[in-house]
Amino acid sequence: MADFFFNTNLGMLLLIIGQILLVVVPLLIALAFLMYADRKVWAAVQMRRGPNVVGAFGLLQSFADFGKYIVKEIIVPAGADKAVFFMAPMVTLVMSLIAWAVIPFNDGWVLSNINVAILYVFAVSSLEVYGVIMGGWASNSKYPFLGSLRSAAQMISYEVSIGLIIVGIIISSGSMNFSAIVEAQSGSYGLFNWFWLPHFPMLILFFISALAETNRPPFDLPEAESELVAGFQVEYSSTPFLLFMIGELVAVVLMCALITLMFFGGWLSPIPGLPDGIFWMIAKIGFVFFFFAMVKAITPRYRYDQLMRLGWKVFLPFSLIWVVFVAFAAKFGWFWGIYARWTVGG
Amino acid sequence: MTQIDYTRAAKYFLLQDVWQGFKLGMKYFFAPKVTLNYPHEKGPLSPRFRGEHALRRYPNGEERCIACKLCEAVCPAQAITIDAEPREDGSRRTTRYDIDMTKCIYCGFCQEACPVDAIVEGPNFEFSTETREELFYDKDKLLSNGDRWEGEIARNLELDAPYR
Repeated sequence: MADFFFNTNLGMLLLIIGQILLVVVPLLIALAFLMYADRKVWAAVQMRRGPNVVGAFGLLQSFADFGKYIVKEIIVPAGADKAVFFMAPMVTLVMSLIAWAVIPFNDGWVLSNINVAILYVFAVSSLEVYGVIMGGWASNSKYPFLGSLRSAAQMISYEVSIGLIIVGIIISSGSMNFSAIVEAQSGSYGLFNWFWLPHFPMLILFFISALAETNRPPFDLPEAESELVAGFQVEYSSTPFLLFMIGELVAVVLMCALITLMFFGGWLSPIPGLPDGIFWMIAKIGFVFFFFAMVKAITPRYRYDQLMRLGWKVFLPFSLIWVVFVAFAAKFGWFWGIYARWTVGG
Repeated sequence: MTQIDYTRAAKYFLLQDVWQGFKLGMKYFFAPKVTLNYPHEKGPLSPRFRGEHALRRYPNGEERCIACKLCEAVCPAQAITIDAEPREDGSRRTTRYDIDMTKCIYCGFCQEACPVDAIVEGPNFEFSTETREELFYDKDKLLSNGDRWEGEIARNLELDAPYR
């Protein structure tokens, strides 16, 4: 049996498909409950109850919504470019899903353990812009098009500072592989060995950039519910709209996972002595997601020029200076070598 | 040389507003929720609440309405239609009492105008229907409403009486 799976092409293919399903299916199920948690947190801050009717405590609300989206009619605008119109949501969903291929959930629990994993994630999440652009353009309508332009400009602006923040982490950990980045954060002081402490300003910057990158409030300008309709999604309905929604939420959870891996030590235990494991990873992703949900509830929306100013005139110089600082600190071993974890080894 | 407001700059870069908002958000996060589980829980209603109409009867079962048509006259939406004829015993009664609930604006003038407290607006506000026709109330419907809600209506009128 083992021989079939490891030594034949068909066996390998089945094995890989099985592994992919093992990542994607739990991810999508978790997503339904994260969506629910998001709404519950939002509701709680506004002193509402949130969804509480479908299933116990409304836990099955996301599945009810899913069913509703599926059975609605798909409306295609008369002048739309049909092929591109339907490709756009798929591109968004697929791009955000394939980034999970290199995310390790535990020591060695990773689909594809490539050396440039962090660059891969960066590249793939950049490609998500195409889903937005295609969706806006293919709708053949002015508002989706303007919305998609705004959305694309926003995503590209914040990718720049995300890239520079990642460079700082790469310098500190001496690797682009997520497992190695997590290993570089292990040590005898538990959570004080993680990168959130030496890279604290960048944690904040990365968090805010992640909000902008995934079009979450307070940077949800493309779909600003109270002002615009839905940005690039205006003409979408039913399942294509659902795919956009899932794609966006997968991207949000991906950003939570990235923050967990780069700043909060992935699956490492925060208290020395407790065992490491996947539950720490899940708990930390949940913790970061809680902040994503809270920010949605407490911040007013940015104006477009404020968004651009923040991205280009505050985040970019800050992260650039930080990269230079980290490079010097790592090279000369300043601050007890906390910025050069690959030399001290914990 | 422009002056830099260092306090303001520090607040900006330390995200003071966000932390303050977060603190406030967490305060409300744990505050008791104000949502009513509507079909299961309902908010309080004033005795003066103007809901679905009803035609009342006297305790002996005789209908109160004497077909004076004051309600028909006062109705600003002209939603009420009344026809009247003398009954066999010689008393003046309505043969037709229709209210078009889709026209009605629930102003309560009919109730104010009625000299015998026959037409009233009861406490019921859950009378949505699936068809428009069901909202054209006739005399039978209104009288059955009166029978159904008499308890609540009588109590509300009694509670409100000192202020009239």
